[in-house]
Amino acid sequence: MEILMIVTAGIIISVSTYLLLTRSILRVVFGIVLLSHGVHLLILTMAGLMGGSPPLLTEDASSYTDPLPQALILTAIVISFGVTAFVLVLGYRTYKEHKTDDLDQLRGNGDE
Amino acid sequence: MNNIVVLLPVLIPFVAGVILIFFKNFSTIQRTISGLAAFILLFSSVFLTYHVYQDGILTLEAGNWSAPFGIIFVADLFAGLMTILSGIVGVACLFFAYKTIHKDREKFYFYPFYFFLLTGVNGAFLTGDIFNLFVFFEVMLISSYILIVMGGTKYQLRESFKYVVINIFASALFLIALAFLYSLTGTLNFAHLAQRIAEAEQTGVFNVVAILLLIVFAMKAALFPLYFWLPNSYYGPPTAIAAIFGGLLTKVGVYAIFRVFTLVFIHNIDFTHSVILFLAGATMFVGILGAVAKFDFRHILSYQIISHVGYMIMGLALFTPYAIAGAIFYIAHDMIVKTSLFLYAGVTQKITGTTDLTKMGGLLRTYPLLGWLFFISAIALAGIPPLSGFFGKFAMIVAGLDQGQYIIVFISLLVGLLTLYSMIRIFIYVFWGEPKIENDKDNPVKIMPLLLPIIPLAALTIAMGVFAEPIFSFSMEIAEQLLDPSQYIESVFKE
Amino acid sequence: MKTNYLMLHTITRIVTFIILSFSIYLFFAGHNSPGGGFIGGLMMASGLILLYLSFDLKTIKRVLPFDYSTLIATGLLIALLTGFNGLLFGDPFLTQYFDYFELPILGEVELTTALPFDLGVFIVVVAITLLIILTIAEDDS
Repeated sequence: MEILMIVTAGIIISVSTYLLLTRSILRVVFGIVLLSHGVHLLILTMAGLMGGSPPLLTEDASSYTDPLPQALILTAIVISFGVTAFVLVLGYRTYKEHKTDDLDQLRGNGDE
Repeated sequence: MNNIVVLLPVLIPFVAGVILIFFKNFSTIQRTISGLAAFILLFSSVFLTYHVYQDGILTLEAGNWSAPFGIIFVADLFAGLMTILSGIVGVACLFFAYKTIHKDREKFYFYPFYFFLLTGVNGAFLTGDIFNLFVFFEVMLISSYILIVMGGTKYQLRESFKYVVINIFASALFLIALAFLYSLTGTLNFAHLAQRIAEAEQTGVFNVVAILLLIVFAMKAALFPLYFWLPNSYYGPPTAIAAIFGGLLTKVGVYAIFRVFTLVFIHNIDFTHSVILFLAGATMFVGILGAVAKFDFRHILSYQIISHVGYMIMGLALFTPYAIAGAIFYIAHDMIVKTSLFLYAGVTQKITGTTDLTKMGGLLRTYPLLGWLFFISAIALAGIPPLSGFFGKFAMIVAGLDQGQYIIVFISLLVGLLTLYSMIRIFIYVFWGEPKIENDKDNPVKIMPLLLPIIPLAALTIAMGVFAEPIFSFSMEIAEQLLDPSQYIESVFKE
Repeated sequence: MKTNYLMLHTITRIVTFIILSFSIYLFFAGHNSPGGGFIGGLMMASGLILLYLSFDLKTIKRVLPFDYSTLIATGLLIALLTGFNGLLFGDPFLTQYFDYFELPILGEVELTTALPFDLGVFIVVVAITLLIILTIAEDDS
């Protein structure tokens, strides 16, 4: 199960890397979204998967899921939610102002 | 234990920011509240540092959850000093903003996000666990995203998009490093991490995590080779914003590097700190080359930021009390001087309407006070005694010679020389020669209100030079506290 | 082209109420079981967005005349002030207190000071989500 999850996280992160390196603003934004998902999956997996066990309720439980990574991921999700919304608007505004979403054309010249 | 004083530098700007949202259409009320809040913030961080100085490291366990489990805030001397500096920079830039920020930007929540930025910065200084460091980084970054695009000119939109994407990528790397760290040690509390890693066998995987964290913080602190985003993105926004970014934001990354590499990853110094030493030398040198090559006031200053981050990191990399004390002194000096230099750039831009050096000239005739104030800050940055820049640099160079690191000493001396060259070049181009702007003599721009926030900064620069002895012995105490992690750990776990 | 929205309108009228009441349930469930201010808030925001989608912006603006940025500030303030109540009893910031009360209709209920904190979060999430989406939607020019 861990192997599968890690491979999944790896695939997601590599896809997002590809998207981040493309020239279209919207694809870069998608890359950001995917990257955060891949990372959250990685945190969940790295902390150890205990399939089906609940978070710790009493001290004599035989197997339990560590609740901390879930709290971390929830925090990270909230943050990436806000950031994604912001980047979408920023990308949209950039597109409107510059009339292009090609990052190559948004490079600007070195002397400004 | 109830040490709310630890959290005050975080809570005050947060509350102020929230209250300011309500008054978005009332400029005067906004200014009154924000001015008051900034002074209270500065006062509270001085108060906190005084407390820490008297009673040793203070901690606050939020929600009464005890140390390794709950969220914890720790104020040691270093964190205290950094909150004071952020308070000083915060007040100065705020008062500069009153005179320069456009009315529309005030309506679009300039002041609330200014204070949220300070919340994030102070939170990053005071937090005692590495995940909260991430959270406060994000608070700071999201506010900085908004401040940096505020106004929405074409240039700003284009450059901030890159700034935002790079920082988001760095944050994702930060989370990956945290995931590794958590699976290795099972904790994210700084003190607990320090304990666990000290007990663990030093395998290569710790180095991987250390370098991953170093990359993340290097991106925020603009170290070589991850500095490329800084010069262009600091060029766009209004002066007050550029000044607070230049003064504060990279220093938060530097602070994080200091915290992690004096507390947690100190068991493989041969490897980690020589990487840092190399980065320090490269950052200094490449940064100053950029500054020498450019002909724009703000671009030069941006490259100077990069170059001087190298000095601070150099102090850490040498890893002796004397070198770290020098680095801390240097951070304090640099935050104050950098902020004031950016504000000078704003003033000259206000007078001449440009930041291009070749289009300015002869300002010394009409504005002598501005010229000489700039001269003080400029040579302070270059490290001419008896001004503040000299003493930090001197301590680090002596420590470097003691350690036999002649290459880095040579580079830092060379960079000092080039800094002097680039600052004097600004001085010559902007203040000497014939005035190039028409109607200059008859109708000088009223710059006294703009200089008001700068004069205290310049005075501080001089004071730091004149009273270098007590300030340096204070830095020495900070350095000894940093190099003795057991103090930090004991104060968190309370025996 | 004139489109007939009859299906959408009818379904929206029913479904919105289900979503809104479920979001309130989630909000109250949050203390010890799955749910909470953030999730409840997102749910409520999605219900309201369904309203905005099926009826036009102007109508809903008349029904819900809130200034969302002020709402965000209010929510933040509620959450923050709840954090301060620990100080009254000499405990650290954000300490939570709870007790069991006998209420007339509901029977025994656990009341915690985490609830107002969560209410703050709830308001912030609803307001922020709507603000983001409406800001993008209104920019039609």
